[in-house]
Amino acid sequence: MTDVLIEGTAHVYGDNVDTDVIIPARYLTSTEAEELAKHCMEDLDPEFCERCNHGDVIVAGRNFGSGSSREHAPIAIKGSGIACIVAESFARIFYRNSINVGLPIVECPGVTADAEPGDTFRVDLDAGRVENVTRGRTYEATAMPEFMRGILDAGGLMPWVKRQMDDGGEVRVTVAANEPAQADWRLD
Amino acid sequence: MSQTITQKILARAAGVDHVEPGEIVMCDVDLAMGNDITAPVAIARFRELGVSRVWDPSKIALVPSHFVPAKDIASAGLMTTMREFAREQEIEHFFELGRGGIEHILLPEQALALPGMVIIGADSHSCTYGGIGAFSTGVGSTDLAAVLATGRIWLRVPESVKFVYEGRPGPWVIGKDLILHVISVVGDDGCAYQAMEHTGPALQHLSQDSRFTLTNMAIEGGAKSGIIPPDDVTLAYVKSRQEASGRHGHFDVYESDPGAAYAGVHEVDVSALEPQIAVPSLPSKSQPVSTVERVPVDQVFIGSCTNAKIEDLRIAAHILRGRRADPRVRLMVIPATQEIWLQANEEGLLQVFAEAGATVSTPTCGACLGGHMGVLGPGEVCVSTSNRNYVGRMGHREAKVYLANPAVAAATAIFGRVAHPDEVGVAPLDLDVVPA
Repeated sequence: MTDVLIEGTAHVYGDNVDTDVIIPARYLTSTEAEELAKHCMEDLDPEFCERCNHGDVIVAGRNFGSGSSREHAPIAIKGSGIACIVAESFARIFYRNSINVGLPIVECPGVTADAEPGDTFRVDLDAGRVENVTRGRTYEATAMPEFMRGILDAGGLMPWVKRQMDDGGEVRVTVAANEPAQADWRLD
Repeated sequence: MSQTITQKILARAAGVDHVEPGEIVMCDVDLAMGNDITAPVAIARFRELGVSRVWDPSKIALVPSHFVPAKDIASAGLMTTMREFAREQEIEHFFELGRGGIEHILLPEQALALPGMVIIGADSHSCTYGGIGAFSTGVGSTDLAAVLATGRIWLRVPESVKFVYEGRPGPWVIGKDLILHVISVVGDDGCAYQAMEHTGPALQHLSQDSRFTLTNMAIEGGAKSGIIPPDDVTLAYVKSRQEASGRHGHFDVYESDPGAAYAGVHEVDVSALEPQIAVPSLPSKSQPVSTVERVPVDQVFIGSCTNAKIEDLRIAAHILRGRRADPRVRLMVIPATQEIWLQANEEGLLQVFAEAGATVSTPTCGACLGGHMGVLGPGEVCVSTSNRNYVGRMGHREAKVYLANPAVAAATAIFGRVAHPDEVGVAPLDLDVVPA
């Protein structure tokens, strides 16, 4: 299960953090989280691995995770101990990948306004609220659709699909197929 | 109710008459693809499910492309994982080294990617297949694993943004210049979650090769997909590929209804465009070549899923024929597929490149992603026909990458600095598919 309340120290980045800097291609011959984590953010923030502690959060600007579809990127971030990523917006493949590997991810416009590295952030996934505790600022996050939350809570897409299959009968990858249109769902 | 081509394809795949942007639909997948970076992770996830067989081996393509030929023991292992999975699951469309190439050019060439399909590829440039009127998008490995097991994927129906191209492309201007210009207008995430639909009278002048570049770089504009409704040029291409490959899969041709709704419409006068170049380190930093500082370069790379098709190689060879790359420049030419390599060889293009001082390699994505076969060192500058000039993309984080079309790349190789093809003093190659 994913923690509903997350509190951690922030690593703060700007716009367009692409998956090439999150985990450079030269490390993609490995598929192991522990190995990938050693090189996480290496081309953007070479000291990230030394600084990062279990339970920290990443706070970033627009279009986080742009570029390559490499799932190694959220795997490396999760493997580094990051508990949650909060960004102004995400690239869609990275968004799907993060949910699929069980890495909490929150879209939160305005969140970088006065964020500084080392600030304490509190994220309430259920309430859709992000708080910069250090600066005393609270932000409204974009609500995560219930069925995506279901994937996250199951620990990722594979456990979620497996649960559906174990329930017997035809594989239903989503229960949301017939839900009404919600154009503000910024997820895929 | 009126629908875009994207809505129609997703509605068909979801088994309904109509879908609306924003709606979540379960779609049957017509073709699923993984490469040597993404497929091994997908295979591991597939195993976790405890499913013994893939949903349909005939609808899966596995293409080793990024680290081929295997660059080290670890990458050899990735390919072994794919190869063994393909054998175990009786996946016929596994493209071994020397019989394949870069997946995004290979699958349409082999008539596996067809108009009207829903194609899910575990590679971000899977949007390329929209160039023949398919709905196609990139996903990660876990999404691919779910498709391998179930044959289905959930998708949010995207809003569409329409790009209307007017006029006739000027000298040296191809699909690459159109899409670089568009990305400079909309921004790196300007079409996030959306489908880019390319239309307009100027497209009739663009070859199918050139069109693939338009859809290839949808992801660099943040888009979920790019699509070009098929016309005679596309249908002739598809027919010729079906005949050449002997694969005659059924396909459907869709077009947008006149009253379909768009989230935005952009008009582009292509006759006013000159060749573009994206300066470091974002594709949106595209501008006309004539306005860019003539910086010296260390490497010129003509390759990748973006610009290593036969038309691209003909353009580069046209400029390089009888000339030599500047001694300070390493020039690399990497055809996208084995078939393109053979065609270029037959046309004498590979000889032209070699005589110009280029190295010509077997198809691989290698250099584009800084994987192998041409990795940049600290402070080096490269003009590349690929799609990403991000920090560290092609090697060291202090290397600098400029993105351009093959004509600009070839001219740059000759002068040893960023150059406009006009500087070479050779008449432009007429690429217009409409006779003058």
